Amino acid sequence: MEKFTTHTGVGVPLRRSNVDTDQIIPAVYLKRVTRTGFEDALFAAWRGDSSFVLNQEAYSAGSVLVAGPDFGTGSSREHAVWALKDYGFRVVLSSRFADIFRGNSGKQGLVAGVVSPEDIEILWKILETKPGTEVTVDLEARTATADDVTVPFQIDDYTRWRLMEGLDDIGLTLQEADKITAFEETRASWRPKTLPARHLPAVEIEAARPV
Amino acid sequence: MAGTLAEKVWEAHLVRRGEDGSPDLLYIDLHLVHEVTSPQAFEGLRLAGRQVRRPDLTIATEDHNTPTLDIDRPIADLTSRTQIDTLRANAKEFGVRLHSLGDADQGIVHQVGPQLGLTMPGLTVVCGDSHTSTHGAFGALAFGIGTSEVEHVLATQTLPLAPFKTMAITVNGALPAGATSKDIILAIIAKIGTGGGQGYVLEYRGEAIRALSMEARMTICNMSIEAGARAGMIAPDETTFEYLKGRPHAPEGADWDEAVEYWKTLRSDDDAQYDAEVVLEATDLEPFVTWGTNPGQGLPLSASVPVPADIADEGERETAAKALEYMGLTAGTPLRDIKVDTVFIGSCTNGRIEDLRSVAKVVKGKEKASDVRVLVVPSSARVRLQAEAEGLDVIFKEFGAEWRNAGCSMCLGMNPDQLAPGERSASTSNRNFEGRQGKGGRTHLVSPLVAAATAIRGTLSSVSDLDLPFDIDITTFDGTPLDGVGASPLGESVVVDLPIPVAGQPALR
Ligand code: SF4
Repeated sequence: MEKFTTHTGVGVPLRRSNVDTDQIIPAVYLKRVTRTGFEDALFAAWRGDSSFVLNQEAYSAGSVLVAGPDFGTGSSREHAVWALKDYGFRVVLSSRFADIFRGNSGKQGLVAGVVSPEDIEILWKILETKPGTEVTVDLEARTATADDVTVPFQIDDYTRWRLMEGLDDIGLTLQEADKITAFEETRASWRPKTLPARHLPAVEIEAARPV
Repeated sequence: MAGTLAEKVWEAHLVRRGEDGSPDLLYIDLHLVHEVTSPQAFEGLRLAGRQVRRPDLTIATEDHNTPTLDIDRPIADLTSRTQIDTLRANAKEFGVRLHSLGDADQGIVHQVGPQLGLTMPGLTVVCGDSHTSTHGAFGALAFGIGTSEVEHVLATQTLPLAPFKTMAITVNGALPAGATSKDIILAIIAKIGTGGGQGYVLEYRGEAIRALSMEARMTICNMSIEAGARAGMIAPDETTFEYLKGRPHAPEGADWDEAVEYWKTLRSDDDAQYDAEVVLEATDLEPFVTWGTNPGQGLPLSASVPVPADIADEGERETAAKALEYMGLTAGTPLRDIKVDTVFIGSCTNGRIEDLRSVAKVVKGKEKASDVRVLVVPSSARVRLQAEAEGLDVIFKEFGAEWRNAGCSMCLGMNPDQLAPGERSASTSNRNFEGRQGKGGRTHLVSPLVAAATAIRGTLSSVSDLDLPFDIDITTFDGTPLDGVGASPLGESVVVDLPIPVAGQPALR
């Protein structure tokens, strides 16, 4: 996972509340076997509408999403974060996130910062009056700056530390690789191993046919 | 300190105890993989430049998407084919043992582990599938995980976990004739509700559980998840050791003795404290069937479809009314009058050799009801071979049933085995959710014996509704161990070098 300290990119005002994970990425995309390439799936239901914010030239290269309250509610699908990241978003700001979405974001390197509703309104105004305005997000200082306005955001210390260190769950566990190796050395010999493979003799399996 | 079975297994796998509210790090003994929940996990490894830490503790099989007909031909459904092709490519790239469609060891992941003797007491077992709880029947701590956890286990062979709570479920007495372990678990879920086990590991114990065969115990642990539990467990005993002995991966010689000695310590101490306790009398049980759209909506077969207006709790009343509407049932109808279109015998709950034997005993020499479709799908290719060696396939075919290749099949309808909209099934599987077996399909969960009787009569029935010759002892199927899949007439187990590259121990970063 990439380390995150500061990021500057075009801010996208998403004036909607209660954007659930079905709206972020509809269920039909879940059949895919990849975890990248979901950029086309992001907000799929709205992307056909030319007035939708991401369809406007000035915002289409956005990387800082400024959304209404209760962002990411609904199912626990990790695809919601994948889709945002694949599109190019590094940061989502909202006055309230669904817990699971916020958890998934932190694990996958997307900054989910909680900003007061008043400050969200201020950011929206700036981004709407001057489309294409860049927002600078400073994770160390926990601030977002657009034009000459700087607003604070909240993110818990642990998630912030992980994001700044660029540590995903696996990275964190692998910091304790020595302990894992030490544990493995004590593993009793009766405990099973799948390799080398042991099984009964191979037998031809007859294909059943429709009756 | 006195401990429960679950706590003992947990303690034995602590790589690191969590401090200040951070989770414990638990070592995983056995990781089972299938085609639906693994593709993104493998891709995650690839993107991060990581390897599978312990391919030798990992095994994969194809089950959820596999067709049960024409398995020697290309899979027609594109999504299914992509998932299976992706698993094959990943197994090859990462050196993971895979039993593919057509291989004699292919089958539902929860059958493959036990039948190869890989599932043992005292292990931690995980799989990206909620019914991993099945393996708890051996006294293993076994639970389902999500895709990102699958990736975590592949990369580290560990999982960060917060401890579970424990619940003791004691089943006293002896099961009456015609009732099976499926009826025990359906009754438990009806009693504690689909959320009653949330956050708990359920430990089943008591006389009735001790009397069950290994396979019947698996049925119970399998459905723990339907009560919302993380896992289900049964302390190992002679029945467990008997089942394991001689299976391909079972320990041998001194290892076996050491293992058995340790396994015998795997029981909850007499003064162990559980967070919750439930007691059930087996003697009172009769065959259970579900009438609604979750596994907790079950009743004894002699009952009638509930009348929502009689339900006091408003939430439950609405749920029941909604379920009846979806199920196309009229309140007050005797359950025995419900006519079914399809009988499905299979799944990781009840698709094992004992289940097939018990069905065969009931249907032998009979003819199915003329307008009922009967599907018999063994849980693994080995189970199919065993059944054929015993002549069960002939009994099924003469009965008018379709004898299929192994897989999940109509349990979840990811392959072509589906219910049509409005079609009604009696199914030995574990979930009766709306649309589970096909869009608009209506599912009644039943035991194999009820499935067999229903296939004969065309309406939900138990074996007591049939005139069986009295020398048929149907009760033995859940009373004594009759497992035959491993130490079978098929021959000795052999060590096979798989034609896949097996990666060495990966360097850790
Ligand atoms: S048989 Fe059904 S419950 Fe079991 S693993 Fe397959 S789909 Fe899941």
